[in-house]
Amino acid sequence: MADGQALLRMEGISKRYGGVHALEDAHLDVHAGRVHAILGENGAGKSTLIKVMSGVVAPDQGRMYLDGREVSFANPAAANRAGIVCIFQELSLIPDLSVADNIIASNPPTRFGLIDRRAQRRLAEEALVKAGGEDIHPRARVGDLPLSRQQIVEIAKALARKPRLLILDEATSALTAADVTRVMAVLKRLRSDGMALLYISHRMHEIAELADECTVFRNGRNVESYEQGAKTDNEVVEMMIGREYRHAFPPKPPRPAEETPPALAVRNLSWTDKLSDISLEVRPGEVVGLGGLDGQGQRDLLLALFGVLRGVTGEIAIDGRPMAIDSPRQAKSADVGMALIPEDRKTEGLMLPMSVLHNLSFAALGRHARFGIIDRQAEATSVDEMIRLLAIRSNGTSIPVSALSGGNQQKVVIAKWLMLSPRIILLNDPTRGIDVGTKQEIYQLLRKLSGEGAAIILYSTDYDELIGCCDRVLVMYDGTIKTELAGDEITEHALISSALNIAPQAGAATGEAGHAPVSAASGSVA
Amino acid sequence: MKEWRFFAAEQRATLLALVLFLVMFIIYVSNHPAGFTPNVVQTASNKGVILAFVAMAQTLVVLTAGIDLSVGMIFILCNCVGSYVLGGTMASALGGAGLVLLTGLGCGMVNGLIVIFGRLQPIVTTIATGAIFFGLALWLRPFPGTVPDFNGDLADLFTGKLFGVVPASLVFLLAVVLVVWVPLSRSVIGRAIYAVGSSDMAAYMSGMPVKLARFTAFAVGGLLAGFGGLFLTFFTYSGEASLANGDNYTLFSIAAVVLGGVSLYGGRGSAIGAIFGALAFRTIGDLLFVFDFDPLWQPLFQGLVLALAVTFGAARLFRIRNRLEMFS
Amino acid sequence: MKQDTATPQAPMLLHLRANLPIVISFACIILLLLLGSLYSENFLSPDYLIQQLKVASFLGVIATGMMLIILMGQIDLSVPWLLTTGAMMASAATAFGPAGEFLAVPFGVFCGFAMGMVSGVGVAYLRIPAMIVTLAMNVIAQGLMVAYTGGFSPSDTASSGMRYLATGNLIGGVPNAILVWIGIGALAVFVLNRTTFGRAVYAIGNRESAAFLSGAATQRLMMFGFGISGALAAFGGVLLAGYAGKAAQSMGDAYLLPSIAAVVLGGTSILGGRGNYLGTVAGVILVTLLQSILSVMQIAEFGRQIIYGLVIVTMLLLYGRERALR
Repeated sequence: MADGQALLRMEGISKRYGGVHALEDAHLDVHAGRVHAILGENGAGKSTLIKVMSGVVAPDQGRMYLDGREVSFANPAAANRAGIVCIFQELSLIPDLSVADNIIASNPPTRFGLIDRRAQRRLAEEALVKAGGEDIHPRARVGDLPLSRQQIVEIAKALARKPRLLILDEATSALTAADVTRVMAVLKRLRSDGMALLYISHRMHEIAELADECTVFRNGRNVESYEQGAKTDNEVVEMMIGREYRHAFPPKPPRPAEETPPALAVRNLSWTDKLSDISLEVRPGEVVGLGGLDGQGQRDLLLALFGVLRGVTGEIAIDGRPMAIDSPRQAKSADVGMALIPEDRKTEGLMLPMSVLHNLSFAALGRHARFGIIDRQAEATSVDEMIRLLAIRSNGTSIPVSALSGGNQQKVVIAKWLMLSPRIILLNDPTRGIDVGTKQEIYQLLRKLSGEGAAIILYSTDYDELIGCCDRVLVMYDGTIKTELAGDEITEHALISSALNIAPQAGAATGEAGHAPVSAASGSVA
Repeated sequence: MKEWRFFAAEQRATLLALVLFLVMFIIYVSNHPAGFTPNVVQTASNKGVILAFVAMAQTLVVLTAGIDLSVGMIFILCNCVGSYVLGGTMASALGGAGLVLLTGLGCGMVNGLIVIFGRLQPIVTTIATGAIFFGLALWLRPFPGTVPDFNGDLADLFTGKLFGVVPASLVFLLAVVLVVWVPLSRSVIGRAIYAVGSSDMAAYMSGMPVKLARFTAFAVGGLLAGFGGLFLTFFTYSGEASLANGDNYTLFSIAAVVLGGVSLYGGRGSAIGAIFGALAFRTIGDLLFVFDFDPLWQPLFQGLVLALAVTFGAARLFRIRNRLEMFS
Repeated sequence: MKQDTATPQAPMLLHLRANLPIVISFACIILLLLLGSLYSENFLSPDYLIQQLKVASFLGVIATGMMLIILMGQIDLSVPWLLTTGAMMASAATAFGPAGEFLAVPFGVFCGFAMGMVSGVGVAYLRIPAMIVTLAMNVIAQGLMVAYTGGFSPSDTASSGMRYLATGNLIGGVPNAILVWIGIGALAVFVLNRTTFGRAVYAIGNRESAAFLSGAATQRLMMFGFGISGALAAFGGVLLAGYAGKAAQSMGDAYLLPSIAAVVLGGTSILGGRGNYLGTVAGVILVTLLQSILSVMQIAEFGRQIIYGLVIVTMLLLYGRERALR
């Protein structure tokens, strides 16, 4: 542990939502000039912890000390004034305002009561430079910037408040590898400037690279704090899930024979400047992964297959028959039999205020209806069946789906499509933001479905998942499939080097760091 | 990108509204039997300015992603108040004008307080408060009328011509823009108004004064509707609690705001655009007159132009390649 | 495992919370009747109550369409003139001999449906905010009717069928207008709760993108929703014309705000996706009764407006509040 007084100390913090303890008697010490990583499953209390710290929610119990003096924050602005600034997982940027307006959002420089735009712009430019975003124009509208640039603006905005404690909550999840490299460099510099950083991430390698000290949370309590490097990854995972870490991935059965006719065959598919000349085949019983850096067209490819995109060229054949799929409605019809587990379950997968029952049955409603009239008996029966099959933990089916945990919500999204018994299943990063236990259940389920003859395309930002789940991986780069890896070729090393689109020998040099993003490649990526 | 291109992108909607207005107005005056004379401009501007004030009022609320369906009723109430207090000497009439504006401000504040502290949706809140404001107007003026010593001189000062050429109403509108809108839009609160409309959660997270911004939008909106009511009184010398008029001004203000390029989803647009939208909408109504159409066709024509204008706005749809973008 | 089953909220409690607006609305209805009975015995007489229900039926038919639109997260401001269009076109058809007389009601309703569908295209396919589309449609319908009638109340009178629907009594003592509302209400309950269309209406109101990605024909359904709302507004106009004997220029003005108020007072969220029809029934009766009692008590028009507004605000403050940001 670091010497001296903690910059921020939290003691016995508890916070309840309804009947659930989000935080229970939590303790934490954060020191200046150090990076403190927080680990834990989803629902472990990390988000609540930082919300308390940054004044977004008030704790039910407990004390906070800043420089040894007790403090409490009425709102985020009060926390900011005390030098605690948080970069939240959901962006806190205002899309219709300019970059400069956003960076200097809370208390801009004023002259005669009006905002001094020239001074503001100067401050914004300074902050952008500090955050590694020199290329972003302060007058650009934030909503027009790509997500990764917005994240840089978010960091600049935090720095402009001259924080003493900077909290980053999954702040790198939207960034490309090149941007992560830049952000890491920025964070290291801030640490050496004496700032305290609280770093929350699911990416172990980022924590390994950056953190000085780690604290693991589970069920709203802090389990243990240790110096970075004192524990093995396996020990950490055990602390996180509170039980022995089982082998995560189910065994892969032998791959289907090459001559098995593909369930889905795509020839020369292109779409605007985002996808070009993509050809692929997926056989029944096969799990095909989409790899590559985030944002190389993987999402667009899934949407194109599912009939969401307009102006897609090329051929799609289902069971050998050419098909023009131009809407999700057609994609799910019996002669295509396709399902898409979308990227964002909250806006694309679920109707959050509606009941678990109505969410589960919605996609397959036509199956339980005649002439548009719902057979509620049949509906309830098959919903119950799905809940059992996927072990969805829900207090009855009439509660709103928003009351379920993230993992169970995702299971609902998957289950509502399984009710249609799809033959082709597209999954867009289905385990993002989901606890380890549910992840494993999803892996098992994917294997089971493919064993039953489904053709599966899985896009994942998690390389381990691609390695553990997929029979083949198609690595995408800049809207095309650059590399195909099959069987034993799917290694972390191969995935990373082909994701960065660099020659294998160059990859070998960088690959030894394991996960480390490759700075040499950043030029070609950005 | 060059600086001017950012400026153009920021002001695109307002500039479009200006062009729309200019085109309409040129067609109007070039076909007007009397042509481009100060009198024609004066009449046109007096009618336009009243709607322009109400449209500005609507803009402020719309920028916060709300809607004020009571704006026409605030306007009517202020008109009725004005028909009582704009009498007597110049000084007392001026004091009365202040009272009219305070009435508008007060109504706006009531709306704001209910929406913020009652946590009700603006649309239902203002439907209800609109009924209350109209009831008050009806109480004041069950029948159209005015005070016996109505100060016509003051009224003429604001609705006449400066130096025999420039319509005074336009100059006054410009003054209000400079004194109310410009400082507000450049202040911290003004920025928060845009931010709240764009993403209220992000605005709150960014430590912006979210509640104050909402309140200010409603309050200043009420004040601007008060200016509209004041001008209507100057224009007609009397007050009338007309339900149809109130409803029409509410509806026209929404039309003007849309023509003026203010996004109904909040966060984008400016009151200046809404002013041009209002002037354009008024000119459209008058176009039929110069082309000798039966005035009976006026509502149909206005409706069709409005429909056409918003359909052009939908042209972006054909550029959308990802259908999911339609829903945002 | 950790607390995977989040918020173990008792379903009973959720149920009560969802139905709170309906309970309060009905309580207010009873309260109003009791207050009225202090003023005059007549308020509890069957005749008065039936008469009120009959008047409420017109609003009830119109509010049914409005509720459908609000459930989908939209708003329909074209009610006043679609209503008038329905009334005027049905009356106009009546002038064309026996065939016209026979087709009067369907023709009037069809005109409203067609105009509603046009709005629906604008909202669902062109993605223009419903507030603007229906506003423009309202002005266009007004323009058409004003141009058609020359700005005066039309001389055509309602057909005998229209009069019968609005003023007749099929079953002894029960006015047909009430039966019509019961019929439409029952259909609405069935459609909303038991059909795929109804389920999709709620889904669209909650999250249109999710409904679309689930393979629902969201755009087509939304277009038809506006068509249905237009048809019901026009049907309300047909009934009102039958009630009054003829159509009038501004007959629709008094129905826009009350129809929205009735739906919202009945607990339907103005943001869409939540609400049930029983609430709308309560809201309609409440609004009608409030208007009636205020006028029976001979409160001047201004007082009625003020009290009307105050009641809506007060009731919404009781249960229509959104959750705070924090």
